[in-house]
Amino acid sequence: MKAKSLFEKVWDAHTVKTLSNGQTQLFVGRHLIHEVTSPQAFGMLREKGLAVRYPERTFATVDHIVPTNESAEPYSDPLADAMIKELRKNCDEFDVTFFDVSTGKQGIVHVVGPEQGLTQPGMTIACGDSHTSTHGAFGAIAFGIGTSQVRDLLATQTMALGKLKVRRIEVNGELAPGVYAKDVILHIIRKLGVNGGTGYAYEYAGDVFDCFSMEERMTVCNMSIEGGARVGYVNPDDTTFEYIKGRPYAPKDEDWDNAVETWRSFASDDGCEYDDVVRIDAANIPPTVTWGINPGQAIGVDEFIPSLDSVSNDDQAGTKEALEYMKLEAGSPLEGTPINVAFLGSCTNGRLSDLEEVAKHLNGHKVKDGIKAIVVPGSQIVSQMAVEKGLDKIFTEAGFEWRGAGCSMCLAMNPDKLIGDQLCASSSNRNFKGRQGSPTGRTMLMSPVMVAAAAVTGTVTDARNVFKN
Amino acid sequence: MALAKINQVTGPAIYVPGDDIDTDRIIPARFMKCVTFDGLGEYLFHDVRFDDQGNKKAHSLNDERFSESSIMLSGKNFGCGSSREHAPQSLYRAGFRAIIAGNFAEIFFGNSINLGIPCVSMEADNRAALAQWIESNAGTEVTVDVDQLQVRAGDLTLSCEMRAGARDSLLNGAWDPLDELLSANQEVDQIAQELAYV
Repeated sequence: MKAKSLFEKVWDAHTVKTLSNGQTQLFVGRHLIHEVTSPQAFGMLREKGLAVRYPERTFATVDHIVPTNESAEPYSDPLADAMIKELRKNCDEFDVTFFDVSTGKQGIVHVVGPEQGLTQPGMTIACGDSHTSTHGAFGAIAFGIGTSQVRDLLATQTMALGKLKVRRIEVNGELAPGVYAKDVILHIIRKLGVNGGTGYAYEYAGDVFDCFSMEERMTVCNMSIEGGARVGYVNPDDTTFEYIKGRPYAPKDEDWDNAVETWRSFASDDGCEYDDVVRIDAANIPPTVTWGINPGQAIGVDEFIPSLDSVSNDDQAGTKEALEYMKLEAGSPLEGTPINVAFLGSCTNGRLSDLEEVAKHLNGHKVKDGIKAIVVPGSQIVSQMAVEKGLDKIFTEAGFEWRGAGCSMCLAMNPDKLIGDQLCASSSNRNFKGRQGSPTGRTMLMSPVMVAAAAVTGTVTDARNVFKN
Repeated sequence: MALAKINQVTGPAIYVPGDDIDTDRIIPARFMKCVTFDGLGEYLFHDVRFDDQGNKKAHSLNDERFSESSIMLSGKNFGCGSSREHAPQSLYRAGFRAIIAGNFAEIFFGNSINLGIPCVSMEADNRAALAQWIESNAGTEVTVDVDQLQVRAGDLTLSCEMRAGARDSLLNGAWDPLDELLSANQEVDQIAQELAYV
């Protein structure tokens, strides 16, 4: 039998047929929805008089618009209030399970899916959100989609899609101390470019991924789309199965062993062909920080802000635009750049292990005067577990505000926003112009521990020099 | 209902310079606090068009010479970032019916085709020539020919590209796949039963 990649196996198992335009009609086994990209899709269903075909395959939560500093409804923002109520109404009317705020299971959709055991190897998963690639950490093929495709999934549980090519990205060797999963993905995007992955699924592999926890794998897969790749995945292994076991939607009892056997069979075969292979030496990855206005404009923390004569002709205009927007001086050191806000959270880095890692370092340190620092757990369950471990106290004693679960300042569709041209050290995934809610606000992406170091010193700093234990 | 066959789009064009124009730029997140797409056209490229007092900034989208445009020309990796269909919806509602760029981010491309908005890729030299032509011939019609894979503007005839499947969908009036997806119910049920998970 021909050796196949995980992508091909999952794709083949879910192919319904070839459509008239040559695309594949692909069955999507799990559909996740949230309040921003689904209401119009439900509206289209009503217009066409269609039902949700497999309501048991769709799960909802609310994350983008949820305020993190108030929980009482109605929310002070009437638009946000209308959106949560609309989702509630749609889930009720179409019989979709909704992890609402009152259930204690609400959170960012890409934190909630894995947490509930909904995300499993060999699945196809889609959500009207580009960071759906997160779920690929489990060896699933997970796509971000638009609202018309949300409609297609609700109505048919299938969507029309062209097959992707597969690029294997191997990161071998050992990461230096103080270098995290976030640095790995920022480094990959820096090297391959923000559109290097267009048309590809990324298969992440090698020593570093073999050793990574599930949450570290999720951080990397999450940002695949920032490198242009709609899908990113890691082959499932014992780490994957151990994470899933015992979760609410995980297979149980006698079903468990069968499931593991099936899951294992989805992993890429030895000797399968890839459309491209990239190898990266883990030892060359520094703590990485973005200086510009897209996630590929990233450098090692000890490097200098690029000058126009250091970049290719192709990058001249983009570099100039980024330097102007970020108000940075070409050729100056990145380290020491003053920040105003520190944001810890998001579907990239808002999980328990992220908070634990920061708390371990932060204990005994204080956020510098004048810096606004907030920590936003990725879900109510993450928050609860963190509180049980006493992490909230470590954060609040250090001067961080401890908030409720949601997307918060990653995209500022809620009260958490930058003001004016504030510069934010952020554990989130996008540094686009205006991304954090102020049209002139500035974002530097980095690992959670680097965010904490920036909060403590008030400047972008190599965390290894701040937290010397 | 049969969809229109989209062989070509003709109309005045506008040049919005820049590579890596992301969907947050096309429609900032705060304007997505809505439960329908109505009215999104008004906020297209809002934060590059207006300052924080609501005053117009210097931008081609604020230039009255280009106010009737239905074709947009831009740089590489257009529509990167968020999967929000609000971005092509906003373009459509602002009157845009075709986009020419260096290349397109995957999700944006798919979302646009689903709305019947052709997205054609063009090489840098041709884009530069077209940008210059648009600037010198404001308000004059440009044709994006999906069938011939050409963009025609005055004396210029420039080649462009589009993925075959998407192009066929437009030419055959099958760019919204829902009806075809719905017609395969039996096959879908069979796959659902074969899968090891619910």
